[in-house]
Amino acid sequence: MSTRKLCTIVCFSLLSGSLLAQESPGLGEDVTAEELAAVDYAILPNGDGLPAGSGTAAEGAMVYQQYCFACHGEKGKGGANDALSGGHGSLTSARPQKTVGSFWPYATTVFDYVRRAMPHQSPGILSNDELYAVTAYILFVNDIIGEDQEINANTLPAVKMPNRDNFVWDYSEGE
Amino acid sequence: MTDIDEMLAAGNGLLDRRFFLRAGVAGGAALMTASASAVERKEWMKAPGEGMSGSGAPSSHESHIVRAPIGSSPGTTGTGASRTPLQFLDGIITPSRLHFERHHAGIPDIDPAEHRLVIHGLVERPLSFSLDALARYPMVSRIQFLECSGNSGASMAPEPVQGTCGALHGLVSASEWGGVPLSVLLEEAGVKPEGKWLVADGADAAMMSRSVPLDKIMDDAIVALYQNGERLRPSNGYPMRLFLPGWEGNMSVKWLRTIKVIDQPAMTKDETSKYSDLQKDGVTKLFSFPMGVKSVITSPSPGLSMTVPGVYQISGIAWTGAGKIKRVEVSTDGGNSWAEASLDEHVMSKCLTRFRSAWRWDGSPSVILSRATDESGSVQPTRDRVLSERSSAAFYHYNGIQAWRVADSGEVTNVYA
Repeated sequence: MSTRKLCTIVCFSLLSGSLLAQESPGLGEDVTAEELAAVDYAILPNGDGLPAGSGTAAEGAMVYQQYCFACHGEKGKGGANDALSGGHGSLTSARPQKTVGSFWPYATTVFDYVRRAMPHQSPGILSNDELYAVTAYILFVNDIIGEDQEINANTLPAVKMPNRDNFVWDYSEGE
Repeated sequence: MTDIDEMLAAGNGLLDRRFFLRAGVAGGAALMTASASAVERKEWMKAPGEGMSGSGAPSSHESHIVRAPIGSSPGTTGTGASRTPLQFLDGIITPSRLHFERHHAGIPDIDPAEHRLVIHGLVERPLSFSLDALARYPMVSRIQFLECSGNSGASMAPEPVQGTCGALHGLVSASEWGGVPLSVLLEEAGVKPEGKWLVADGADAAMMSRSVPLDKIMDDAIVALYQNGERLRPSNGYPMRLFLPGWEGNMSVKWLRTIKVIDQPAMTKDETSKYSDLQKDGVTKLFSFPMGVKSVITSPSPGLSMTVPGVYQISGIAWTGAGKIKRVEVSTDGGNSWAEASLDEHVMSKCLTRFRSAWRWDGSPSVILSRATDESGSVQPTRDRVLSERSSAAFYHYNGIQAWRVADSGEVTNVYA
């Protein structure tokens, strides 16, 4: 094969390769603000994405009793499913208990997860006020906040979880 | 000295990896069995068989080859896992019907006409894609593994848990995954400079969500539409899923519904409280994304007992999130001596690799192990090494060496070696 012919093939391959990488049929459709609001569930540890509304543990106790107690037990303990409270100080013991109170690093995650996935059999039925209230209740039974402390989009990200400083990243950005 | 003795490669009868390639080796005949009734015309040869059909199924004689065990959280039916029966499979492709499952609120029955993928957040133009639109994009396909980072977690138990290879290690499968590079869709939306991560949501009832660094997305992530040549099965994310080659399975969000570009991880429930690794000192490691180098012998293994002394094939799978498998070594004397296994022809990046060794079992109790090395130079660690820094409650990302004990009866059990 001549050098020129080889070069032509190589050059063509490079060209088609780069075209493929950049070519996009451009078939994405614009999204309206209403459509975005309906699907945007992301909540960040700094509170970005938290909705309006508020609640206290005192209010959340009733929500918990109605929707959570059957699976998660009294005050977040002793149920058939994941324990939500207790286990404080157990992480370095022979029997670590990873609960919301003993283990979870961010309080925003509690609201986020409950809003997405709970109650397990009928997710999505709790109002934002109920979500804040039951989040407050879970924090309260872990002795992290007071029973009448109002939890909302401003106060929730400010709650410091007990195990917050015991996490390190195993991934470096730009790795 | 016989020919077979010249092919000994390590202690306790482990033979050279080229053994099966050599014809006429003494002892090889033990593998072959002749059917005395081969000349007889069987029932199924006396009349034409069944006709064609629109969709195939395995032989009725293979009906026991199923995912097992299937476990779900108390009071639920779809919040748990089912496992690939590795001990019954060969090669590297997992039949789609046997691909492991891990769901957080069951399998949604999605009408593709009503499903959209919305890309938003730190982008110039939020965009919505229908399945039909995505199917018109240039696609790529690769044969790669998917492993739940909870796979093999039973190996953290103080005493060896008895179960089949699939029950213990069956949260790994491999498929040909086909779809649209997510980088193409993100470029269309225009990622803003401050965008560093994304959070992906599924359209299941748990709206499962994970944060993923954009570096990985731009490297090799796809929105998968196809698995082993057909559209995704519902249990694998129909009509579309995120697929992140080599990274812990939970991040390859099924039933992909939204992708929001963000400047920091969202710290979702699964990435903080579940798929993280508590160390003995109380510190927890987040974001251990690539799956470590690993291998397991699938045959012989528990439930697949050996019978009489003779020459057997030892076969298994090896994989790594770092790229390609470079080498697999096998020991049949509890790790005292090792010999390199042969690798099947297809050694692909972030894929299962099939390895094989030949073993002349003399009928004495033996412990067999495999140890993989990947192209980055990482060597599969011993169980003790994995346990050295971890809390006893940490069971994700386990990639320790698996040992099987073969008793003099031929029965195979799980042991720690």
